Amino acid sequence: MSKIKIKKLSVSYGNHQVLNEVSLDIPERQIIAVIGPSGCGKTTLLKSMNRLLDLNEDVAVSGDIAIDGENIYRPDIDVNALRKRVGFLPQRPYPLPMSIFDNVAFGPKIHGLDVSSLSVVSNKEREGKGNKGTQRLVEHYLRLAGLWEEVKDRLNAPAAKLSIGQQQRLALARVLSIEPEIILADEPTSALDPISAKLVETQFKILKENYTIIFVTHILRQARRLADYIIFLYMGDLIEHGPAVRFFGEPCDEKTKAYISGEIS
Amino acid sequence: MKKRKLEENIFKALMIISLLGVFAALAGIIMVVAVKGLSSLNLSMIIETPKGGYYLGKEGGIANAIVGSLYLMAGATTLAFIISLPVALALQKEYLSKRFADFTRLVLDILWGTPSIVYGVFGFVIMVYLGMRASLLGGIVVLTLLMVPIMVRAMDEAIRLVPFEMKEMAYALGTTRVETTFAVVLKQAMPGIVTAVILAFGRGIGDAASILFTAGYTDDIPTSLLDPVASLPLAVFFQIGTPVPEVQARAYAAALILLVIVIVINIIARILGWRFARHIVR
Ligand SMILES: Nc1ncnc2c1ncn2[C@@H]1O[C@H](COP(=O)(O)OP(=O)(O)OP(=O)(O)O)[C@@H](O)[C@H]1O
Ligand SMILES: [Mg+2]
Repeated sequence: MSKIKIKKLSVSYGNHQVLNEVSLDIPERQIIAVIGPSGCGKTTLLKSMNRLLDLNEDVAVSGDIAIDGENIYRPDIDVNALRKRVGFLPQRPYPLPMSIFDNVAFGPKIHGLDVSSLSVVSNKEREGKGNKGTQRLVEHYLRLAGLWEEVKDRLNAPAAKLSIGQQQRLALARVLSIEPEIILADEPTSALDPISAKLVETQFKILKENYTIIFVTHILRQARRLADYIIFLYMGDLIEHGPAVRFFGEPCDEKTKAYISGEIS
Repeated sequence: MKKRKLEENIFKALMIISLLGVFAALAGIIMVVAVKGLSSLNLSMIIETPKGGYYLGKEGGIANAIVGSLYLMAGATTLAFIISLPVALALQKEYLSKRFADFTRLVLDILWGTPSIVYGVFGFVIMVYLGMRASLLGGIVVLTLLMVPIMVRAMDEAIRLVPFEMKEMAYALGTTRVETTFAVVLKQAMPGIVTAVILAFGRGIGDAASILFTAGYTDDIPTSLLDPVASLPLAVFFQIGTPVPEVQARAYAAALILLVIVIVINIIARILGWRFARHIVR
């Protein structure tokens, strides 16, 4: 089942075109890695899928992207609702200027989610209402992001005080808290030490049960370790995409072979 | 190597001299005002309005000017804040195009550089046209005009320091512009916004020229917005110009009270600023 269908997507900043007619289908409930050299358009591709590109003034997008068959570039689409469905984990994990607790509680609050409406919350947790409910919810997502044990005693401390690795996992908790279907992650481990990176990778493997995870990485080994499906971009062109086993096992394109063997980077 | 060491030392010396200069100036001002004013600073200066013969050195005080300045500033600071915050927020790129925002900044910078007497004259002309006389209301409005440019620009600088990636984070969660503004931008910029209010307050409370014709001067404490009102800068100005030494000393006492108000407000703002700074991300 393909979750996202991208058709002839082109993106340019001013008159600098950075994605050239990219077309592909992205499968559901898998981990998808977007790889390619620096500047090839990986971040741009991610940000096109939750329309975060809209925040740039001089950006032009053509072609279309459908999620579950619905074109997200339709003029009458509710962008905020879209971004709730398509969570985004940035390369640099900026905490929001509030407490650890509020960083996680913020998303559900603005979207009016409450504990009882969340499928992943157990019946026992669902009993809590109001404040108690929010506490359960925050705990739930912090656990899911593998951060709970480290912060449970200082939920009201400023999020900015956390280490970078912890901030990255807080960002993950924040994304999960709005119950997206898709998680876009832009080099989610690039700011992390090996141990924190491992933690995030482990979380991803657990999360793919329920989510479609698309992540950008520079590290080929990480793509091999984690991904079920690979998208390879080179200078704005989609060179090759497919299941990871086939992609690494029998790459079709010369550029892919060169990239995998480390001849181009 | 020697040259670099020398460079370092020259620059260090320059910084120290300038720093000392700044502190010396402030200390000098406080000392002159205190030495000349303390002798006539007593309780009745603070709690009494001028009695008959006050301006000849007889009894009474400048409660009219103290209360007047506080009234003027309470009104003008509130009004200026209500106007400035939305303008400063609108200068973000989510709301206004960069060209229009930059044009607005230019206009504000020009207004900021305009001498306050020009504001006073402008206010006066408008009030004559409307048939209003010098009043608390007139003073508040003109002070507001005087304070808005500096308040907006200082807020704007604080808001511009909010990292774009932080806002992007919020938008990525599906927040609207208003939610992003209130939950993220204002929180992150709050210490700077407090500073902006203080800067503008400082400009307003010390200014005499803008309220000379618009607020007027009176020995009474105003009971309505349409009464004329006294103020500390004008109390200093009028009293220093009299030939009577006692009254001149009272001018320094008035200046001292003005200084103390400014210092107290600054300290309160710092404390507020620290509290707001708890959650900001550096
Ligand atoms: N806001 C922007 N304005 C103008 N040009 C941009 C903007 N963002 C990206 N670009 C350009 O678009 C191209 C692709 O950028 P993008 O960030 O998508 O690359 P990337 O593959 O994510 O690179 P990296 O691996 O270094 O993060 C680059 O040439 C970049 O300079
Ligand atoms: Mg990138």
